Amino acid sequence: MAKINFIVNHQPIELDINPSTRLLDVLRDYLGFKGVKEGCGEGACGACSVLVDGEAYNSCLTPVANVAGKEVITIDEFNKTPQYRIIADAFAEMGGSQCGFCTPGMIINTYVLLKKNPFPSEEEIRFALSGNICRCTGYNAIVKAVMVASENGRNIVW
Amino acid sequence: MDMERFKNSTVKIDNEEKMAGEALFTADIPLKDFLYVRQIRSSIPCGKIKEVILPELPEDYYYVDASDIVKENVVNIIFSDWPVFADGHVKYYGETIGLLIGKNKAKLIELEKQVKITYEEETPVFDYVNSEIHKEFKKGDLSSVIKDADLVLEETFETGYQEQAYLETQAMIMWLDGEKITIKASMQCPFYIKKAVVRTLGCNEEDVRVIQPAVGGAFGGKEHYPSMMAAQLATAIHKIRRPLKMIFDRSEDIINTTKRHPSKSTYTGYVKDGKLVGVKARVRLNGGAYKGCSGVVLSRALIAVVDCYNIPNLDITGDVYITNTMPSAAFRGFGSPQTIFAFEMFIEHVAKKLGVDPIEFKIAHFAKQGDITAVNGKFHDKIILPELVEKAFEMSDFKRKYEEYKKPGCLRGIGMSAFLHGCGFTGSGESTIINAQVKLTKDENDIVHLYTSQVDFGQGNRTTLKKIVSDTLGIPESQVTHEPPDTDHTLSTGPTAASRTIIIVGFLCEKAAKNLKNIWKSGVYQEIIEPYVGPSYITWDEDLMKGDAYPGYAWGVNIIEVSYDPITYQIKVEGVWSTYDVGHAIDDRIVCGQADGGIAQAIGYGYMENMEMKDGKFMQKTLSDYIVPTCEDLPMMETALIDNLFAYGASGAKGCGELTFVGGAPALAHAIEMAIKKNIYKIPLTPEYIMEVVENGKD
Repeated sequence: MAKINFIVNHQPIELDINPSTRLLDVLRDYLGFKGVKEGCGEGACGACSVLVDGEAYNSCLTPVANVAGKEVITIDEFNKTPQYRIIADAFAEMGGSQCGFCTPGMIINTYVLLKKNPFPSEEEIRFALSGNICRCTGYNAIVKAVMVASENGRNIVW
Repeated sequence: MDMERFKNSTVKIDNEEKMAGEALFTADIPLKDFLYVRQIRSSIPCGKIKEVILPELPEDYYYVDASDIVKENVVNIIFSDWPVFADGHVKYYGETIGLLIGKNKAKLIELEKQVKITYEEETPVFDYVNSEIHKEFKKGDLSSVIKDADLVLEETFETGYQEQAYLETQAMIMWLDGEKITIKASMQCPFYIKKAVVRTLGCNEEDVRVIQPAVGGAFGGKEHYPSMMAAQLATAIHKIRRPLKMIFDRSEDIINTTKRHPSKSTYTGYVKDGKLVGVKARVRLNGGAYKGCSGVVLSRALIAVVDCYNIPNLDITGDVYITNTMPSAAFRGFGSPQTIFAFEMFIEHVAKKLGVDPIEFKIAHFAKQGDITAVNGKFHDKIILPELVEKAFEMSDFKRKYEEYKKPGCLRGIGMSAFLHGCGFTGSGESTIINAQVKLTKDENDIVHLYTSQVDFGQGNRTTLKKIVSDTLGIPESQVTHEPPDTDHTLSTGPTAASRTIIIVGFLCEKAAKNLKNIWKSGVYQEIIEPYVGPSYITWDEDLMKGDAYPGYAWGVNIIEVSYDPITYQIKVEGVWSTYDVGHAIDDRIVCGQADGGIAQAIGYGYMENMEMKDGKFMQKTLSDYIVPTCEDLPMMETALIDNLFAYGASGAKGCGELTFVGGAPALAHAIEMAIKKNIYKIPLTPEYIMEVVENGKD
């Protein structure tokens, strides 16, 4: 057991915990952020993606010790931002979410992509989202949604 | 972009809560004082259980097995032979012997490792040797064309397992609300689950309530397996009376749940005067250890045995073989992808052997309105396959590419498949077995409430069915509610399967709404119960496999373009174009979403998704070794819909969920055949198999 301090969704957190506990379990079971989904538990599907100091992490592969002193944002908080609104509206418009299980992870990774590259090509979008599995959409609508979000967000700071 | 295309679309009811991460899937639902449940499973494929030696269980830890069965040790599936718990004998690796239950998940896993089971092993069977379901039928008189055929060709085709790989794994929670067993689960068919519990416990219908939470994909994989989980948990809750939670991790889900039937089918074709006039086919499906729904899967495979083509003389047999492997069950397409793949390959091989153009040869054999179906029914409705082909050709620039790519040395290929999908349950089953009943009420505030048992696991049917009601009534969508099913408030409108939701339940919703409109009286409560009445001309004999197999058919054409690397034997999908006749799309965005997702899954089936079995064990156990397509594996895909209104559908709508899957693998395989200039007989087309074909295969 070890004391670990970090920030989750703007709240300072202090936990006395086994440092190898998966960040995914800490977020879901200890802190109740259920927007973070477990799809595979081994970093293959991206459903558990969260922001750690602004980068997308697979929380299932991240021991909680690795986020000590860092800031974690999950979809449960990101969904209150104007950046989320632009992405979510684009997903709704293009039909980028079907069963919805992969969607929070897709949205987190879309945000990180657009922050780094606000006007990505189709190829860049496909590369950036290749760690996120969706079994429903065939990705067509998702890739188009990212293009629409890029266009609609041209005047904002990602 | 596609704004024009989506002009009849509305945002799905559950869209925002799912995107925001606020929708509660089963594992997200708070449950007080619950215990975790883990299955204790067979570690051999076949044998007698000699002894189960448990470690000492701490207080509040439990073991439940066949000795705890209350009434019947059987899971209620179509053919009910699969036990809730293995009783003295196991028939496949991974079969549930018992449940280990307790508060701490880590402790449970530790205890699970200490459980020792001894067996008296028996010789397992993995091959196509023990047929336990046999069906056969004939059309015309094959013997009349055998003797003076100009050409006879016989070929055998194989298809592999496919894992549904829904993103949310199987999950169920169960608790007692007073004395009532209450269940939330990742599921397709709430009333199937209810029946399974009632049957194993021997309790009353009123003692069980099933409520649908958000469901993260299903594709057939949550049609029957949740009934198994429910029967197991119900046995446990009867004994220990505590809230229970069983959530599979990904490996458990891949190893221990049902998959698409592998198949091996032999076709013999007889050609006279340039036409394929007769086909003899022997279709074999690997059903796994228990029959379950395999008989119905076989029916669908056989009804689609010659796909959308009219072959006048047929002699068809089909068998489900029982093996010591995980039972196979429902997966989008339900048997027809296997035979449609086989026949699409076969008819092109026949054309090549004859030295004629395969595409023209196929078009010349398309079924037309009034033709006799494979099972001696009739294609009652207009068939627009030629229009679908023409549109798909235009979208893909097919003819130019086809001529160019078939030249020697060209490392590209383009292929076309044409196909049909029967919508709804086989034959008159909708009217005689399922008896769907839609309930539509209107409250004193004139808000209309629609009740169905259809589960929305991503297809958007919750939205589509609601839209049918609001459009029919001519009121805003916001004036209609359509909550997920709760068996205490909903009559059964049948399972969410078989591409029946829109063609059957949608039609019912439209009828109910028309009736409500006729009696509409503002400010008072009104209620409509609408039972399904199908087309009266549909007659079907399941034993003889004879008659009108489905209320209606949807049709489609897929074109796929690939490039091929002769050094690595890798394939890259370069283009995908599809045209569909789904009758009429109630919501274009939702139908196009099905189209994109269906063919993506079919492309995976065709060349990426390789699930091998060794000594009864699946060799692939994770999403890292069972590879499903990512967005880098697919190009932008194009879909066009052509209206062909169906008289017994809401606004003319038929089904679309499975249609979008069944033709993808053969279109891909045709394209690969062109790129490698060799014939293909098997999917998935892994680089290893392509290498074998290129080095040793026939031209």
